[in-house]
Amino acid sequence: MNVPNDRRYVDSHEWIRPESDGTVTIGITDHAQAALGDLVYVELPKPGRKVALNEACAVVESVKAASDVYSPLAGEIVASNDTLTAKPEAVNEDAYAAWLFRLRPDDAAAVAGLLDAAAYSKLIAEA
Amino acid sequence: MSKATVLNRLHRAAGARMVDFGGWQMPVSYGSQIDEHHAVRRDAGMFDVSHMRAVDVRGEPSTPRDLLRYALANNVDKLKTPGRALYSCLLRGDGGVLDDLIAYFMREDWFRLVVNAATTDKDLAWLSGLVRERAPQVSLQPRDDLAMIAVQGPQARAKTWGAIAGSEAVTAPLAPFTAATMTSADFGELFVARTGYTGEDGFEITVPDVHAEALWSALADQGVTRCGLGARDTLRLEAGMNLYGQDMDERVSPLESGLGWTVDLASPRDFSGKAALAAAKPLRRLAGLLLCDEGGVLRAHQCVYTDSGAGEVTSGTWAPTLERSIALARVPAEVAAGTMVEVEVRGKRLAARVVKPPFVRHGVALVS
Repeated sequence: MNVPNDRRYVDSHEWIRPESDGTVTIGITDHAQAALGDLVYVELPKPGRKVALNEACAVVESVKAASDVYSPLAGEIVASNDTLTAKPEAVNEDAYAAWLFRLRPDDAAAVAGLLDAAAYSKLIAEA
Repeated sequence: MSKATVLNRLHRAAGARMVDFGGWQMPVSYGSQIDEHHAVRRDAGMFDVSHMRAVDVRGEPSTPRDLLRYALANNVDKLKTPGRALYSCLLRGDGGVLDDLIAYFMREDWFRLVVNAATTDKDLAWLSGLVRERAPQVSLQPRDDLAMIAVQGPQARAKTWGAIAGSEAVTAPLAPFTAATMTSADFGELFVARTGYTGEDGFEITVPDVHAEALWSALADQGVTRCGLGARDTLRLEAGMNLYGQDMDERVSPLESGLGWTVDLASPRDFSGKAALAAAKPLRRLAGLLLCDEGGVLRAHQCVYTDSGAGEVTSGTWAPTLERSIALARVPAEVAAGTMVEVEVRGKRLAARVVKPPFVRHGVALVS
């Protein structure tokens, strides 16, 4: 299973990529999109919204089921990928390119405490 | 531990994602379930339905028919020509739906029933009770030695003929909802029915276990797309067909499950459940819903709000052909087609319109 090295992960199957401006970009992993199947609807948080750690702040629905996306960090939403509203299947096509939202973390150092690619690969291999 | 069909090895080799369904390990999809759905609407797809059970009802001429005349809510006397099929409910005495099935009249000494996977044991116990009481000379034979492959779509028949030498001569004359048997040099004794669960043309082919892998592979070689339960569910829901255990079960009358057309209350014949159904006026009905608002997907168990009271979604999904969400829902009987209702989807109330199923037939959208 595809797990790029340039970002961090959490056990609820979101990826977190640190950006040069101090924000982080968040999406769901390839493992998550494969388990969900064809996505047909996404609901994204609005910029300016404050989210807590592990707060449900987005929804991805596949033909099979609806699934909450949890914020892997506390912070403020600065952008959401509105192109997905019309094309949710982009997440199935490339889960690591089709980001969901971007946030400015309250604690920039918290990113380093998340799973790295090796740890996440191990987690999904055991699941 | 759930059971494996004889095609399990080929599903895994093709990369299928497997799930438990009715006590069987079944493929939910091999890749994109939406692509599998479109393959059936536009070309041809195949499904392993070997978890369903063929049950042969045999006995001296007329005794199988006499048994089924009482056992089935639909009237087997509609079956006059050998090969004809009939969709029917199997009802308890109180009118609860034990199962839905297809009954094939092959000869006066042989009917074949095809029943659901999860209900097979229950159905056999129930039918055995009726046999003991009413027709002890009739035998019920569950055919554990047979696999079943459904080939569905506008090109399904032509591709089947390409896969099974000699099948065109036997099955081209079959009208919809009829079946024929044939002996294939490659695949043994086949039972081919022009039936299905997708709203498309095609066949359901019953094949001896030992030849099932070869037949599946021969169909794949003809370009028939492997399809899983995921596509089967979106296809049957677009076709407005019920799923047992979800849209109807033992607790609900068939008259409140969209199955009134299959219950023959008009003829003088008695059948199991008849008195109970005749005595109770249906208060609810099964209707189609078309989601009008953006904001999610209709799913089973969501609450439906109408001016006549509350209802419940029994099956809901994203409909790939319509590119919108649809559902079957049990609503108060007076809620008519065309009425606007609201459905609670993840805490929000979204507008939906009541429509008369089916939503799609033979690749064509019937609602908009």
